[in-house]
Amino acid sequence: MSAQTKFIIKNVIRVVTLLFAVSVITFALATMAPIDPVEAYAGSENHLPQEQLDQIAAKWGWDQPPIQRYLNWIGGVLTGDWGISVIYHRPVFDVVGERFLTSLALMGTAWIISGVLGFGLGILCGLRQNSWADRIIKGFCLVLAAAPTFWLALLALMFFSVFLGWFPTGLAAPAGMRAEDVTLAMRLHHLFLPALVLSVTGIAQITLQTREKTIEARLSDYALFARARGETERQFTRRHVLRNIALPAITLQFGSISEIFGGSVLAEQVFSYPGIGNAAVAAALRGDIPLLLGVALVAALFVFAGNMVANILYGVVDPRIRAGSEAIDG
Amino acid sequence: MAELVASRAASREARKNVRTSNRRRRAIMLAIVLGVILVAALVAGLTMSPDLYASDYSQKQQAPNAVHWFGTDFQGHDMFCFSIRGLALSIVIGLLASAVSGFVALILGSISAICGGWVDKVILWLADLFMSIPHMVMLLLISFSVGGGTLGVVLAVALTHWPSLTRVIRAEVLRIRTGEFVAASRAMGKGNVWIAWHHVVPNVLPQFIVGTILLFPHAILHESALTFLGFGLPLDSPAIGAILSSSMKYLATGAWWLAVFPGLMMVAIVLLTFTLGDDIKQLTDPHTVQE
Repeated sequence: MSAQTKFIIKNVIRVVTLLFAVSVITFALATMAPIDPVEAYAGSENHLPQEQLDQIAAKWGWDQPPIQRYLNWIGGVLTGDWGISVIYHRPVFDVVGERFLTSLALMGTAWIISGVLGFGLGILCGLRQNSWADRIIKGFCLVLAAAPTFWLALLALMFFSVFLGWFPTGLAAPAGMRAEDVTLAMRLHHLFLPALVLSVTGIAQITLQTREKTIEARLSDYALFARARGETERQFTRRHVLRNIALPAITLQFGSISEIFGGSVLAEQVFSYPGIGNAAVAAALRGDIPLLLGVALVAALFVFAGNMVANILYGVVDPRIRAGSEAIDG
Repeated sequence: MAELVASRAASREARKNVRTSNRRRRAIMLAIVLGVILVAALVAGLTMSPDLYASDYSQKQQAPNAVHWFGTDFQGHDMFCFSIRGLALSIVIGLLASAVSGFVALILGSISAICGGWVDKVILWLADLFMSIPHMVMLLLISFSVGGGTLGVVLAVALTHWPSLTRVIRAEVLRIRTGEFVAASRAMGKGNVWIAWHHVVPNVLPQFIVGTILLFPHAILHESALTFLGFGLPLDSPAIGAILSSSMKYLATGAWWLAVFPGLMMVAIVLLTFTLGDDIKQLTDPHTVQE
């Protein structure tokens, strides 16, 4: 067996065990909650007789012991039946899928913009260390890293939507319009502000890290040797800086998927953007356990997918890894 | 000629020393100033008379003015005092959470590095597990599992910040254990306790302290986010997340001060602690402590 297949098998086992543990933990946490699923389903002010409540519990399996309930749930998940959302009265799988696609537009835009812009700005700062541009960008990034996402979202909403009136104050499309009448321009118009906020909050980390790594490269021995060979700055950047900082930047940017998901939860809340983060908050606030579990699973899958793509990209970017010389751990 | 070169080198060395000793002094001054500001905000917020941030309907919805620097909200709270009080609550939760997380990280990281083998694998796997669910979702789940509220936010923030620091401490302990200076000490017949005290502690302690300080800003940002979403401190309490959440209802009426100032104060505290952490890192790291 080659080192590479061994590495892949090891990774698959790791992902499967982790996903299994994620499902156990989320289920345990959700079941521990002091929320009566029957009450959440029937409404807290219901006047149903006890028999009927028992029937509801029996129908959904809520009268069974937790382990049996977990097995029922995970069995359903594996066969595509994720349960019924209590607040939307629709299959969780459909709700989560729909919401996830809406969020993906938001998170994807922000992720690409923050990655590309942050990488570029980081190189610029690193090459021109201590110039005024470097100082301004660095200061800006430090403040951004310290600012709560939801506060930036509030400020953007206040300034661009309320004060200037350039953008709508919420939702993903004009309210009260049929889905087929909504144009792409309208969607983009609604997407702009949340995506802006999410990009801006994601940019700080990648910029600061790229800046550090660029400075490191500039002060290295191979940089000195390159200068001695007479390489111009452009040649040096392309041949040495880019190659040395690409890998850490990829690691960071794919690792930030988990954070961009969290940021999206907050931004969606402020802009009432009907994405998966919004669904997570609604589910937790209103005790919709099946939906909450579904969102948590999708979130974990999303993070795993990001890590997997990063691992594949390492091989593309770095010929040493492609040769399968050493497995990357962590 | 050789003398000239030597004296030049010496004077360059001396100049460098002057410059760096100033840097060290500056770092100590900065740490003291930042520490004093943090403690002052904490003490002011905790000992403040409740009258100062009580609601007063005769004073409601005022824009910032000489009496109410940050304006008042729809219930007539003075936003300056209300925010200071909220910051103090955040600082308390942040301190608690970073202390718990830092301690967990220290124990797990050390055990992981010292025991190795399957213990190491289990701990790393646990850290991976916590990092594979987006942090915000994990916070929501933990808070949800105990029914939200103050207990929910404290537990959620305290129990989720250890994985990254655990890895740092594990790597550091491993690095020291396999270091040449430890091998040298062993060769000279020093025991485990001596090595732990003279090599491991001085190297790990700074990492631990700095790591714990740098957890603090994350903890208070997550606390306020959770409160903002409605899972943390009660929404009528003076907490930055709660203030910003209720300010959302008044944005359309142009009450900009309700959102701007409390948020700015939060940013200030977070920036302060980030800077403090970096500063102490420079002062305590064996590699830069002599600079």
